[in-house]
Amino acid sequence: MNALYLTLLLPLFGTLLFALIGHRRSAGAINLVISTATFATSLQLAFNIFNKGPLLSPDKLFYVDAFNVYLILLNAFVGMTTAVFSGPYMAHELEIGRVDDKRMRLYYSMYQGFLLTMLVALSTNNLGLLWVAVEGATLATVLLVSLYRTPESIEAGWKYFLLCGVGIAQALFGTVLIYFAAERILPGSDESLLWSVLHQHAAELEPAVLSLAFVFLLVGYGTKIGLAPLHNWLPDAHSEGPTPMSAILSGLLLNVALYAVVRFKMLIDPALGDNLAGKMMMGFGLLSFTLAGLLLHRQRDVKRMFSYSSIEHMGLMTFAFGIGGPLATFGALLHMIVHSLTKSAIFITVGHAAHVAGTQSIEKIRGLIRTQPVVGWSFLIGTVAIAGFPPFGVFTSEFLLFTATIKSWPWLVIPLLCGLGVAFAGLFRHVQPMVFGEPPAGQVAVKANMWPVVLHLLLVLWLGLAIPGVLANWIDQATAMVVGRGLL
Amino acid sequence: MQMAVLPLSEQMILTLAALILFTSFLLLAQTRIVTLIHTFAWQGVLLFLATVLVAIVSGRHHLLISAALTLVLKVFFIPWQLRRLVIRLDIRRDVETVGSASLIMIGAGALVLFSYYVALPIRELSLHSTRNMIAISLAVILIGMLMIITRRKAVAQVVGFMSMENGLLFAAVVATYGMPMVVELGVAFDVLVAAILFGIFFFQIRSGIGSLNVDHLNRLNEVD
Repeated sequence: MNALYLTLLLPLFGTLLFALIGHRRSAGAINLVISTATFATSLQLAFNIFNKGPLLSPDKLFYVDAFNVYLILLNAFVGMTTAVFSGPYMAHELEIGRVDDKRMRLYYSMYQGFLLTMLVALSTNNLGLLWVAVEGATLATVLLVSLYRTPESIEAGWKYFLLCGVGIAQALFGTVLIYFAAERILPGSDESLLWSVLHQHAAELEPAVLSLAFVFLLVGYGTKIGLAPLHNWLPDAHSEGPTPMSAILSGLLLNVALYAVVRFKMLIDPALGDNLAGKMMMGFGLLSFTLAGLLLHRQRDVKRMFSYSSIEHMGLMTFAFGIGGPLATFGALLHMIVHSLTKSAIFITVGHAAHVAGTQSIEKIRGLIRTQPVVGWSFLIGTVAIAGFPPFGVFTSEFLLFTATIKSWPWLVIPLLCGLGVAFAGLFRHVQPMVFGEPPAGQVAVKANMWPVVLHLLLVLWLGLAIPGVLANWIDQATAMVVGRGLL
Repeated sequence: MQMAVLPLSEQMILTLAALILFTSFLLLAQTRIVTLIHTFAWQGVLLFLATVLVAIVSGRHHLLISAALTLVLKVFFIPWQLRRLVIRLDIRRDVETVGSASLIMIGAGALVLFSYYVALPIRELSLHSTRNMIAISLAVILIGMLMIITRRKAVAQVVGFMSMENGLLFAAVVATYGMPMVVELGVAFDVLVAAILFGIFFFQIRSGIGSLNVDHLNRLNEVD
């Protein structure tokens, strides 16, 4: 219990601390210390859940089970490793005058604020509070997207704000409808928006209202996942904001929105009895997957390119959760982990690469391996991993997803394989000259701390070679929670 | 549905619902910025009255807190802040030309029909006319969206956004007698922060592109 409260209070403390003391030289280090402490407490929390089973706080406001605790752990971990990178990176940005002290204060305060909203969204039991936290995450990051105050970044921030605001409003309407359906079976109860209560009564809820609600929820949270056709904000927000932000947006925010959709699907499936929710998710997922793979080819900005890759992978996960069944769900849960780890590693590397080349334009970044081998090789290996090559973990999860697809929807494997091929071609035609080409004259190496990247990629490699039994059991528990039975 | 057979209180709520929808149409058509903000404040007043009425009829007094939040935020704070920003940015006399206004109005009418169609499968519950009111709140949300899409001035887009929020609050009030308190407070907090952020953004947009016309925000494209 205490571990949970500490996990939530630490980032809250961080938010207030940075807002009050303003920017100091040591802010990066303090940020790292707070994030590490958050990770430690979330590790303790995960340990408790693993030994003692689901945890419901006495006021019933928080509910942590195998499904969300592993995402909490992942969030805290990526938050910590990104903090390692963020300190020196932002100090460099301050040095070259892209930001000033006032904005650094905003940056650090909102970095912690963002982690706080993510952790609240994951651990809350109240579906309304889930909405509040996800909207809070938008509000925390929107000023960070426009941190550099260039016309492009302001445009990206405005788009992000309006599109996500409009999208997430649909999700609130869906939540109201769920509450409406719940009031009918639990009239006058204050607990009818609690997930743990709703889940017990899921089968009694009115199917007509629920299917309507799910449409709104999928559109709403789907906007946040970055599902086509409401994905436009994502590449803009990811490419224009500071790079540590891109890493945690891609690695964490998208997962949390997908988590919300899956939670609602768990309520709706027993009530509807058919896989209507799943089919909608499959449709949106497949559309986003294909579209993003094609759009990858036409990008000129390296961060934009990788944000399209994020859309592609989120589409794939949505598709997999839509198929349902233990195999696909296990694969999707694993894919959430490996995608987060790989993508944040790539964004961190891209941040260093952009400092080496002095630009984010794909055409101007050349010869990374010759200028700074460690950045170049990490970039290449990260891209190989995200494209789904063995022996990395992304290959394992995609293999599981494809096996599940062949079992239930054999024909859909064809567009999936084509999509993967197209995305692979798109990534490599851009990445290859960036790492191997001839470096422009005068390009020198920068100070780069590559430990977070190495750590992430090693973990992904480990997950690809052999998933540790503890983790496999754990994901299996989560799978059993989502679809009713486990895989192992 | 016969209006006359409904209890008086419910007739009043229905009337308020109709007026809220009417103000949505007014917002959509209004091109003068200051009048737009005033119309938005009036929508807030109607929402406030509807919430108070439902609170009294249903006997759920925590709705009064939600009504007070609406009064403070939607009737006073946000319109006051928007007005102050408009004066500070010196765009008080701006008149926005909305292209093909009549088409937009027809579109909004179609959205109302669509909302009623969507709400058809919902069975009546709390009030006799719940379905009717859910349809109206959905229509207010969708018209708010239409306003964001059709308007080119950042201030008008914000008013559209906030009027969507009004639709959501109205849905929560009439369909379920409001959300649990912690959610109400959270939503109000989010709206408050959003209102402040919008203000910051006005200045950023203005200094970034020299005007508040979002048509000039066109540097980022899907493909280039």
